[in-house]
Amino acid sequence: MPSVLSRTEVPVSIDADLCVTGCRLCVDMCPLDSLAIDPETSKAYMYVDECWYCGPCAARCPVGAVSVNMPLLLR
Amino acid sequence: MNSEIRRLTTTERRQEHCDVLVIGGGTAGSMAALTAAQNGADVLLVDKAHVRHSGALAMGMDGVNNAVIPGKATPEEYVREITIANDGIVDQRTLMQTARRGFGMIQRLESYGVKFERDEHDEYAVRQVHRRGSYVLPMPEGRDVKKVLYRALRLAKVRSTNRVMVVRLLKDGNRAAGVVGFDSRSGNLVTISAKAVILATGAAGRLGLPASGYLYGTYENPTNSGDGHSLAYHAGAELTGLECFQINPLIKDYNGPACAYVAGPFGAYTVNSEGNRFVDCDYWSGQMMAEVAEEVASGRGPVYLRLSHLPSDTISTIEGILHTTERPTRGTFHANRGHDYRTRDVEMHISEIGFCSGHSSSGVWVNEKAATTVPGLYAAGDLACVPHNYMIGAFVYGELAALSAIEHGRSSSIVDPDESQVEAAIDAIYPPLSNPDGLPQPQVEYKLRRFVNDYVAPPKSATKMEIALEHFERTKTEIARLGARSPHELMRCAEVSVIRDCAEMATRASLFRTESRWGLYHQRSDFPDRDNARWFCHSILRKDSAGAMEMSTRPVAPYVVPVEGFEFPTTAAGDGEPDAA
Repeated sequence: MPSVLSRTEVPVSIDADLCVTGCRLCVDMCPLDSLAIDPETSKAYMYVDECWYCGPCAARCPVGAVSVNMPLLLR
Repeated sequence: MNSEIRRLTTTERRQEHCDVLVIGGGTAGSMAALTAAQNGADVLLVDKAHVRHSGALAMGMDGVNNAVIPGKATPEEYVREITIANDGIVDQRTLMQTARRGFGMIQRLESYGVKFERDEHDEYAVRQVHRRGSYVLPMPEGRDVKKVLYRALRLAKVRSTNRVMVVRLLKDGNRAAGVVGFDSRSGNLVTISAKAVILATGAAGRLGLPASGYLYGTYENPTNSGDGHSLAYHAGAELTGLECFQINPLIKDYNGPACAYVAGPFGAYTVNSEGNRFVDCDYWSGQMMAEVAEEVASGRGPVYLRLSHLPSDTISTIEGILHTTERPTRGTFHANRGHDYRTRDVEMHISEIGFCSGHSSSGVWVNEKAATTVPGLYAAGDLACVPHNYMIGAFVYGELAALSAIEHGRSSSIVDPDESQVEAAIDAIYPPLSNPDGLPQPQVEYKLRRFVNDYVAPPKSATKMEIALEHFERTKTEIARLGARSPHELMRCAEVSVIRDCAEMATRASLFRTESRWGLYHQRSDFPDRDNARWFCHSILRKDSAGAMEMSTRPVAPYVVPVEGFEFPTTAAGDGEPDAA
């Protein structure tokens, strides 16, 4: 099947400078399992555009690195 | 089957067993697991997300909608109130459980550390939102409710498994004997054998598409894709009231309520664009939703929650509740648009459709002991049809389901999974993994749910719904072509199948009931009137022997609390009990 990749702005951003290496709290708490640890940088990031903007990722982050900006479609 | 799938389903397969298996770790499921463990059962709690922040209470709850507090209201008054709110189609015996056991549940929750609001006399500060009685009880520290439950689960040493999606129930003869699912991170097949199974998977919240078009911007937690509705259906259980949709009045573009329940007592109220009130009761019923939909569509729309007239301090108090408890990104949403309640009322709109017995009455049929029509299978929470059951009802039915499951377990046993059933589940789960270039789930899901909006959401008509059914048949061929490149994508693909099942169920149930009832929830433009002579009954949906959806009716059981205006039609016959399985 022919297909293309298209860019999508994701609703959660994580400040890599603040994100604590080895911490997985946001990844483990996301109900949609939309966050992951980047194997190259060892920092968390949103890897799929699947978000209920519920907020455990931001609320549980011990260093305030996570911002829930909301999906562009409804912002 | 490719070699990766063979590995995931054979050498990597995880097999577990327990006395009581609970599917879903939200409100009802957490309480079911806790109660079963406290009563000595070996419990396993399975969640598709992580129990700490799963379900409708992912971040908390700002209040209780159905607290029957002695001295403030009686169980009989509550049963009467909900009978009227649900246009008479209720099994009052199930409502009575929530009415009678709810206060004990509030005390039990308090013993774990959940806080409910008290007035200056240290009495529960219930407020009137319903037509007659006062049942709404604020939870000023409601953001902690799931945290408190999670702590209680850990103290009770409840075993839990996160990130597992259950796809089929296993049967042993006619009884529920376990489940088959898969781990959405590793992709491993998971089979679990149990003496009894409790379904607590929540609403079917990803049925309609939100107006924004964003797949996960639903009122309900989007992980609640209707898994339990599909599981129950395929296991032969009866579902009921599926034509009585959930539709809620929400903030335009945001998936939370405006919220008159919280802001009303501070002086806020709902108005049209001319500044006039147009609903006589803020309690969420189908009638109220019909009034909101009509006003929005009229020249007097849009509609607003008015609070700009309130003093700044009062608004700060309201913000302190609404922007921190149930949906904490609400403040971000308004801030992103530069809106402030002090200068701008909150524009409201109506939500997408869903199944949710917490708010309306669609779900798996249960009796007053939380038993479904399949032996050994119990259901609780938003999934189980106990009308307007909300959070307290979910807790009460979680408790009841656990007690019933333990009782059933005394005469049941743990049996090895029937491998032919496991094979059938593997065939239902894994094909997208062997087709990485197949159709992308977001496109297939968007299209399916857009058709739900276009042809199944009210106002409903037979012509529109026949077109919907045609499309949902075609969706089966698109589902067969879905592609997944990871276990995570495999989960999303499995959810599309669940959403398709729910879409067809919603349509068939809505076609069946050839009358209008429950205001907007089942508004048929081709049958605009209520027809009590023919339709004062429950609709029942189940899988027939040929594997198709079969509709039937069941009489409403005789009321235990008489309700004026709801006299039983003389043509109704039967005792309201399911036929013996």
